[in-house]
Amino acid sequence: MANTQGTTGLVGWIDERFPLTKMMREHLTEYYAPKNFNFWYFFGSLAILVLVNQILTGIWLTMNYKPAAADAFASVEYIMRDVDWGWLIRYMHSTGASAFFIVVYLHMFRALIYGSYKKPRELIWIFGVVIFLCLMAEAFMGYLLPWGQMSFWGAQVIINLFSAIPVIGPDLSVWIRGDYVVSDVTLNRFFSLHVIAVPLVLLGLVVAHIIALHEVGSNNPDGVEIKKVKGKDGKPLDGIPFHPYYTVKDLLGVMVFLIFFALIIFFMPEMGGYFLEHPNFDPADPMKTPPHIAPVWYFTPFYAILRAVPSFAGTQVWGVLAMGGAIVMLFFLPWLDRSPVKSIRYRGLVFKLALAAFVISFLILGYLGALPTTPERTTLAQICSIIYFAFFFALPILPAIEKTKPVPERVTK
Amino acid sequence: MKKIIIALALLALPGLSLAATAGYPLVKAPIDPHDHASLQRGAKLFVNYCMGCHSLDYQRYNRLGRDIGLTDEQVKDNLIFTGAKVGDTMKNAMPKADAKRWFGVTPPDLTVIARSRGVDYLYNYLQTFYLDPTRPLGVNNAVFPNAGMPHVLWELQGWQKPVYAMHEDAAGTEVKVLKGFELVQPGKLSPPEYKEATADLVNFLAYVGEPIKLERQRIGIWVLLFLVLATVVFYLLKKEYWKDVH
Repeated sequence: MANTQGTTGLVGWIDERFPLTKMMREHLTEYYAPKNFNFWYFFGSLAILVLVNQILTGIWLTMNYKPAAADAFASVEYIMRDVDWGWLIRYMHSTGASAFFIVVYLHMFRALIYGSYKKPRELIWIFGVVIFLCLMAEAFMGYLLPWGQMSFWGAQVIINLFSAIPVIGPDLSVWIRGDYVVSDVTLNRFFSLHVIAVPLVLLGLVVAHIIALHEVGSNNPDGVEIKKVKGKDGKPLDGIPFHPYYTVKDLLGVMVFLIFFALIIFFMPEMGGYFLEHPNFDPADPMKTPPHIAPVWYFTPFYAILRAVPSFAGTQVWGVLAMGGAIVMLFFLPWLDRSPVKSIRYRGLVFKLALAAFVISFLILGYLGALPTTPERTTLAQICSIIYFAFFFALPILPAIEKTKPVPERVTK
Repeated sequence: MKKIIIALALLALPGLSLAATAGYPLVKAPIDPHDHASLQRGAKLFVNYCMGCHSLDYQRYNRLGRDIGLTDEQVKDNLIFTGAKVGDTMKNAMPKADAKRWFGVTPPDLTVIARSRGVDYLYNYLQTFYLDPTRPLGVNNAVFPNAGMPHVLWELQGWQKPVYAMHEDAAGTEVKVLKGFELVQPGKLSPPEYKEATADLVNFLAYVGEPIKLERQRIGIWVLLFLVLATVVFYLLKKEYWKDVH
């Protein structure tokens, strides 16, 4: 007896009760993706891979990690020495954290160059930015768990930012910590948030991100809608089924990624002090402030913006606002960019220059955020911060002076 | 698109270079993690000279023996002076509260010190204790100025006094710069022998910092070989499937 999907046997039995084949078709075998995906389109699937890596290694780390101020540092060393393959699981998790940000930053850059955030993909972009926010929260709270000097003082500095908020600030920061300084209480709640609350939200958002993507279909390097040109069978002429074409292609991407991932895990797990910071091998000591507190590399651009803004009218809240604003701006991107052309391939020189300035200033900010400040560096960080924000404010007026090229009907090679 | 990737890669380069550390210039530590004899000498120096104050709370004696080529019996006879069992971690007997009273600061556990300070720092630290009557213990250190630690290895190195040079800084003012040291009382070891001994000790601490390091690199080679081979297979698979996409 065939059902609506035309399946029989066990699968048929399931299909009558659960949309197994229907989902397989909608999301894999009959999900038509543009055939012209390039290098930049590997990072979505890689982000899922890293997410799975973080969840699995996280589960196993949790089996031996002890979220208490007196035991946390020792339990990490216990994992590194006495737990079978614990070192590998720990390095996979710590390297995975940095890999997550590398992959997500490149994924977001792809959206910028090909206009993937534009109509009708605004919600995909917004889900994505919320995912990015969750990821930052997840990384920040996870970094406290090894209970090293940088864990402690990094958390101390960032939570103190909240106390710059007028009126409610000081109480708010105590409420976040659960104590007057970062302590055992803070560690315990960060552990809870890191292993269950944020990952739960993250997973839900990733599902929403993908459902929204599959509803409207993927953008591509030409920024043309493949659904506009369909064959007699109703399938997009420039589309190919995600499975098997992109599953085999993404698998190749996964293998290349794993080569780099393994290279770091097995030969340079500290990545010169950028993935595992050297001072974090000193146990947290609330009585000893390290001479230089730097966040992990993936936060440094935003940290640089924070430090670039001088205190004004007796409060430092402006820097906090600027740092928050640097991320909030991303939410408005789909409406700030008013150009009808999506892909950088057909946009004018003025947009290319603006985007280049934006990316370069972001990278310089990232570099500066890892260093102690000097007057020259602060000036440079201020210039870069202005360029960062200027990019967003320039977007609405760019179309007036931008000379775009004609966009083809079909995707190109 | 290739141009974009290359430009981005180039831009990322300065971010990867480490910021140079200021202060006394560090000589590179001549250590070899494969050299079991050096690691054994380092272990012996550690338990004899360092362990009175510094523990290795996360390092087990038997793991140490296994990794540097000693049997449990040899470990018991040569390295355990505290009555610990061979499967115990290398703790010491000094109460932390007393230590703080005696030295002003609790001597830190040294299990992962090589990972937090770096081997070059440790190597130079052990070389650059010098006589300084202004300090409570009569010694100071060039790498870690005003260190609270006495020169524990003095009977090996002897005593050295600082040699200063006058130097004009960028602003044009004369400043006194530590140029080197002069041995005023020789120790049991000659200066080259002392350098070797401290290199052994640092080699040992580097091992203790991450006992799995050599094994990790050994496994890593095979993992990479497998991944490269698998990548070739997946490349061919992708090519085969994509033949009919035009």
